[in-house]
Amino acid sequence: MKTRLKIKSIVPRLTMTGPVAGWMILFVVIPFTYIFVISFMNRGTYGGVELGFTLQNYANIFDAKYLMIFLNSILLAAVTTALCILIAYPFTYFIAQKTAVTKTVFVSMVMIPFTVSSLVRIYSWINLLRKDGIINNLLMSLRVIDEPLQMIYNNFGVIVGMVYTLIPFMILPLYSSIEKLDKSMLEAGNDLGAKPARAFATITLPLTAPGIFAGAIMVFIPTLGYFFITDMLGGSKIMMIGNLIRNQFVTAKNWPFGAALSIFLIVLTLAALWVYERIGGDLEDLGGMR
Amino acid sequence: MRRASKKRLTGRMRNVYIGLVFFFLYIPIALVIVYSFNTSKMNILFEGVTAHWYADMVRNRALMDSLKNTLIIAVLSTAASTVIGTLGAVGLSKYDFIGKKLLNKLLYIPVVIPEIVLGIALLCVYSAVRMTLGIATITLSHITFCIPFVIISVRARLAGMDKSLEEASMDLGAGRVRTFVSIILPLLLPGVFSGAVLSFCLSLDDIIISFFTSGPTSTTLPMKVFSMVKTGVTPEVNALFTVIMLCTIGIIAVNTGVQLRKMKSNK
Repeated sequence: MKTRLKIKSIVPRLTMTGPVAGWMILFVVIPFTYIFVISFMNRGTYGGVELGFTLQNYANIFDAKYLMIFLNSILLAAVTTALCILIAYPFTYFIAQKTAVTKTVFVSMVMIPFTVSSLVRIYSWINLLRKDGIINNLLMSLRVIDEPLQMIYNNFGVIVGMVYTLIPFMILPLYSSIEKLDKSMLEAGNDLGAKPARAFATITLPLTAPGIFAGAIMVFIPTLGYFFITDMLGGSKIMMIGNLIRNQFVTAKNWPFGAALSIFLIVLTLAALWVYERIGGDLEDLGGMR
Repeated sequence: MRRASKKRLTGRMRNVYIGLVFFFLYIPIALVIVYSFNTSKMNILFEGVTAHWYADMVRNRALMDSLKNTLIIAVLSTAASTVIGTLGAVGLSKYDFIGKKLLNKLLYIPVVIPEIVLGIALLCVYSAVRMTLGIATITLSHITFCIPFVIISVRARLAGMDKSLEEASMDLGAGRVRTFVSIILPLLLPGVFSGAVLSFCLSLDDIIISFFTSGPTSTTLPMKVFSMVKTGVTPEVNALFTVIMLCTIGIIAVNTGVQLRKMKSNK
């Protein structure tokens, strides 16, 4: 009798949580463990790996050439994140003041462009920014500039592409935190004689900080890995961590080094998440948007 | 008086700012639509209106094959991740078991770790077990990153669900399966639906994971476009994406409509 009861409760448990647990083990735990193992092995002659144990792959990361790439990646990601906050915060704040219907319409209007292939939209930016492109043509025919501006195949182009691609991940968490803002707090501040600037700095900003932090994580981390944006708008001159990892698997055929770089990128991500949780961020806030 | 006009001025400035950001968001997709009707093959000047790129698009075998691959992968991975994710979300909320906390943390990995890491990790495993890279490997990979998003959106729905309905159903003699199908599932449907839509869109647009897990004969549409970037993307591609854009806007409209109706009937 007792065993029968046990079986009865095990079957639904297994059919519901079994598939997801099994899938995560097969396609997340095993692959991540595997690249961790590979990162200590030697490279094979034609790609792949050779058995062995070495710390050389990790030692190679600290080569000055690669350290510069990491530094540039982190810098580009930081600038992208800062620009996303600067552009998205006022935008989202102004939208949140509108009526319920307008708000709903505006938020879905933010989402619509992002259902179109990101590659095609980035390609449009090439047409806009390149030397004989739309913006240069327009500015030259208006006689604002005499020489075409170099807006692509440099850091500027990459940053435009990154900000454009990642800004909805800043807008959405910001929107939900600004929406939740308790208006009575602002009124209280106003009644007590706080000037708008002061009220913003001491009430609005601290209360919406969780949205800013969540948005910053959702922008900063992907920027490090989006190699196709660097490829398309940075040309071959700009390298980010993502491009470096990709090259180890495609051109350099040095899988163990690529694996070591990936572990390094995971550590960087975890460090960012640690800081995020430390300053009061909630992991749950990161899920709903991407 | 002065205060009122000042207020109106700041209000107008706010609208101008909102307009400028929307302009920034929409100009690239507007260009895609405009160039899909342009007679010139070069994506710079607009020379005249034509619809012949739409005819060329349908005749372009390579482009249509990549579209077919993309749709097969998106449909399969949406179906699988929706089933696995919905069952998982319900199971995770109903039962306690060893490793539940760990599983919950694991689900965040595909969401927060850069996609490139998942891409190369899966590539390494596929090559270790000697799986040929193709539609199967891409689909398996897409299911992996879609499951967490289905779980997140179903879970949001579960949080607001009335547990007593489930208990009532069991008390009245309905079995577990019957209760799940006729009580739990209909209540969760909006969450399941938005999880499925999200999965479909993510799979359709994925470039990074597909880059590492696809083989030479299984080019997806984003991969095809990526390979065209160096030589220039043809107007046929703009035409194709204009069509796709209309479809996705349709899906969003239906999704919003369903949610609005649900909101109304809840009132």
